[in-house]
Amino acid sequence: MIMFFRYFLILFFLIPTSSLALIEVDISRGNLSPLPIAVSPLSLDKASKQSLKKILKKEDLGSEISFVVENNLKKSGLFNPLNKDSFLQKPDIAHLKPRFEDWALIKAQALITGKVTFVDEKLRVEFRLWDVLAAKEMMALAFTTVPSNWRRVGHIITDKIYERLTGEKGYFDTRIIYVAEEGPKTRRIKKLGIMDQDGFNTKYLTLGNELVLTPRFNPTNQMVTYLSYFRNLPRVYLLDIETGIQEVVGDFPGMTFAPRFSPDGKKIIMSFAQDGNSDIYTMDLENRIVERITNHPSIDTSPSYSPDGKYICFNSDRSGYQQIYIMKSDGSNVKRISFGKGLYGTPVWSPRGDLIAFTKLHKGKFYIGVMRTNGKGERLLTENFYQEAPSWSPNGRVLIFYRETKTDAKGEGFSAKLWSIDLTGYNERLVETETDASDPSWSSLLSN
Amino acid sequence: MNLNKILKNALLVAIACLALSACAKKVSTGQLQGDVYTGTDTVEYLASGVPDRVFFATNESVLTTKSRDTLRKQATWLRKNSKINIVLEGHADERGTREYNLALGERRANAAKDYLMTYGISSDRISVISYGKERPVDSGSNPLSWSKNRRSVTVKAN
Repeated sequence: MIMFFRYFLILFFLIPTSSLALIEVDISRGNLSPLPIAVSPLSLDKASKQSLKKILKKEDLGSEISFVVENNLKKSGLFNPLNKDSFLQKPDIAHLKPRFEDWALIKAQALITGKVTFVDEKLRVEFRLWDVLAAKEMMALAFTTVPSNWRRVGHIITDKIYERLTGEKGYFDTRIIYVAEEGPKTRRIKKLGIMDQDGFNTKYLTLGNELVLTPRFNPTNQMVTYLSYFRNLPRVYLLDIETGIQEVVGDFPGMTFAPRFSPDGKKIIMSFAQDGNSDIYTMDLENRIVERITNHPSIDTSPSYSPDGKYICFNSDRSGYQQIYIMKSDGSNVKRISFGKGLYGTPVWSPRGDLIAFTKLHKGKFYIGVMRTNGKGERLLTENFYQEAPSWSPNGRVLIFYRETKTDAKGEGFSAKLWSIDLTGYNERLVETETDASDPSWSSLLSN
Repeated sequence: MNLNKILKNALLVAIACLALSACAKKVSTGQLQGDVYTGTDTVEYLASGVPDRVFFATNESVLTTKSRDTLRKQATWLRKNSKINIVLEGHADERGTREYNLALGERRANAAKDYLMTYGISSDRISVISYGKERPVDSGSNPLSWSKNRRSVTVKAN
């Protein structure tokens, strides 16, 4: 688990380009006609190909990187990557000067070309984005990094393309932390898992000896806070991903749970349960000062800060049933915001600040939905037998959550899987994991 | 599970089926009252005649008449065995969000603890842990299975 954040350094070079505002992709609605895009394999000279093959055991890294980009674009639901068999131009020539007629012929509106070289033990990748119809280059960039970082290069390229074409930051150079699950339902084994957003590079951060739940990243993605039943004492822990060092958060005489970081990363906010009552507390990670935020005989849990840190949304049953509330970050001005039919849980403030995502239970069905921060404009995105715990992509366009299936009369059929859905309610997708999975949490962009 | 128990369960199910077919509206069957479990399938005994667990309605932590009766038996047994300490394990069913269920399990175990304390058991002898929905005793996804999982179980700690 150690050291895989070590090679984060990726150098960027801007290649001068005469870019005009050309193609644009509208992401505010469900996109029913994704943009046809041709992702040419990146060209690779012979010597580099040999060296990289030796180091990475990949036959053709140029193709591999283009597959990463293509897969990302496809899963976003906004792009329709065209079949490579129909490409007429060779990768190296296309990268120098595409014959736009050829690409227009296969109905590509945008084209991505690139070049991979291996120089001074470093991987150098450059790519260009072309507007096929306008016959113009839209963007050109180059990256230098260690070869083992090649998938990340693919993700960063996707982020750049997504941003250029939609006008919003991407979410591809990111990771998901989650709980990996195995074994029978009555004796489930749970471990912390971490993987790239596209399901690759999975690592496990705990061994499964104790129950672990609800991991969440800090803003710099180097720390994780989660609940562990270590020594059968359920407490909130802090884990440094790189060093593997873990510590208990605070010195509470009972269960602490539902932890999250404040947006500046300086505090952990969580619930503390004592004598049948759960209230919300914060602990400052520098001076260890603990503050009580709510003081009410009901259950107060699942706190989540607004991105500016000024407000907190949380879950409380003070009305008799689970509902969503907001308050100022000092605990004052508590206001209920959920008033629809059913029960509401797991509120999470969007990184854009304007929406709160939640889980809703109504008439035996579970929904993932969003509402504005004043509780208005509730929209349910997906309905199922069981699903909960949405987490936002860093650009606030996609939600990841987990879904469980029914156990049938024979005691079979149970599964827990990660799913994602666009804010529009379209593009629902299974996020593949090695094992069953739950409690996903999306990192922020690793590179900016 | 011995033969007697199997037969008894079969009988209960048969009665439940009859009751359901006879009167579809009637909620109380052999094993459920409202949606609180009243059967004995999963129940173990701390001592002869002292059941180890109590059951709850959905989203509730209120003790039923039967639960209070069970806890009084536990209190009597604990008074007689003053060296025994206990852990109360609070649980929820799978039909609720994970974090809320952790709190709910803690609240249920504490409802049992408070009742034991009113019957003279010192809080020093009782510790409480919530497992939320993490440790169901019945893995089924149906109302009866869920009712067995909404529970507080008294476990000997020493």
